[in-house]
Amino acid sequence: MKARVFVTLKPSVFDPQGHTITEALHQMGYDGVDDVRQGKYFELNLPDASADQARTLAGEVAQKLLANPVIESYRIEVAE
Amino acid sequence: MKFAIVVFPGSNCDHDAYHATKHVLGQDAEFVWHKETDLREPDVVILPGGFAHGDYLRTGAIARFSPVMDSVRAFAEAGNPLIGICNGFQVLLEAGLLPGAMLRNTEKYKCEYVHARVEQTDTPFTNLCARGQVLKIPIAHGEGNYYADPDTVAGLEANRQVIFRYVSPKGEATAESNPNGSLNNIAGICNATRNVVGLMPHPERACESQLGSADGKVVLESVVSALITRI
Repeated sequence: MKARVFVTLKPSVFDPQGHTITEALHQMGYDGVDDVRQGKYFELNLPDASADQARTLAGEVAQKLLANPVIESYRIEVAE
Repeated sequence: MKFAIVVFPGSNCDHDAYHATKHVLGQDAEFVWHKETDLREPDVVILPGGFAHGDYLRTGAIARFSPVMDSVRAFAEAGNPLIGICNGFQVLLEAGLLPGAMLRNTEKYKCEYVHARVEQTDTPFTNLCARGQVLKIPIAHGEGNYYADPDTVAGLEANRQVIFRYVSPKGEATAESNPNGSLNNIAGICNATRNVVGLMPHPERACESQLGSADGKVVLESVVSALITRI
């Protein structure tokens, strides 16, 4: 199993990196880009886990380490 | 008086803290490697600045799981003085020993002198300061943009847990004097029991006038004084 963890800043939290990227895109002429939010993507390789186990484990490590719940939220996908 | 200075892989202000406590203040100081679990009975613990674990994942996120951190937590929970400077502050936030989190600076990495106003003097690290005293101390960080949800920030203000604030040389908390976008110009805070302090500016690098400023010395002198009073 593979668990994919997507970590993003909570909507209420200002994203200085996303803001800088947005400004660069505007300078490049991409005026249609209103906003960019930068996040993180993790792929956990779990050869012996069932889908349920993979989801539970990914949730645990996302909560404890991969995301900081003060500023970030996360989403998990599980795939073969 | 013995200072324990925790060394993580990537700490780079550990020797600054050692020099300031040992040679400027004339106190005992010892390094404690992050894999050790025994702090060896210090009176004060310093989590120094640097880039623990390369700042990978998030600043302080890996360091908070270092073996030494259980002892650091127990030391703090027993009411002893613990200070996190710069990266050390980031570690304290990730460890939940102080509330909130750090975001990237609004502009860029900043390495410069700032002015930090002492907001409260009833902590072991500010008791020799005057309230409103402005300290000229350097910062060097890319991730010192203090954030907490509005309720937490309101709680910090109401409980007088904001200990240092970025201000102009005249002591005014203006937008221009805020180097990183921190909410309410917050440069340093303490926990509810006031024995754990974290700040982004580097007092240990401002302990000798020959190096540009000696304004930071009072922070370390305060804790020595606080402990002598306690004994």
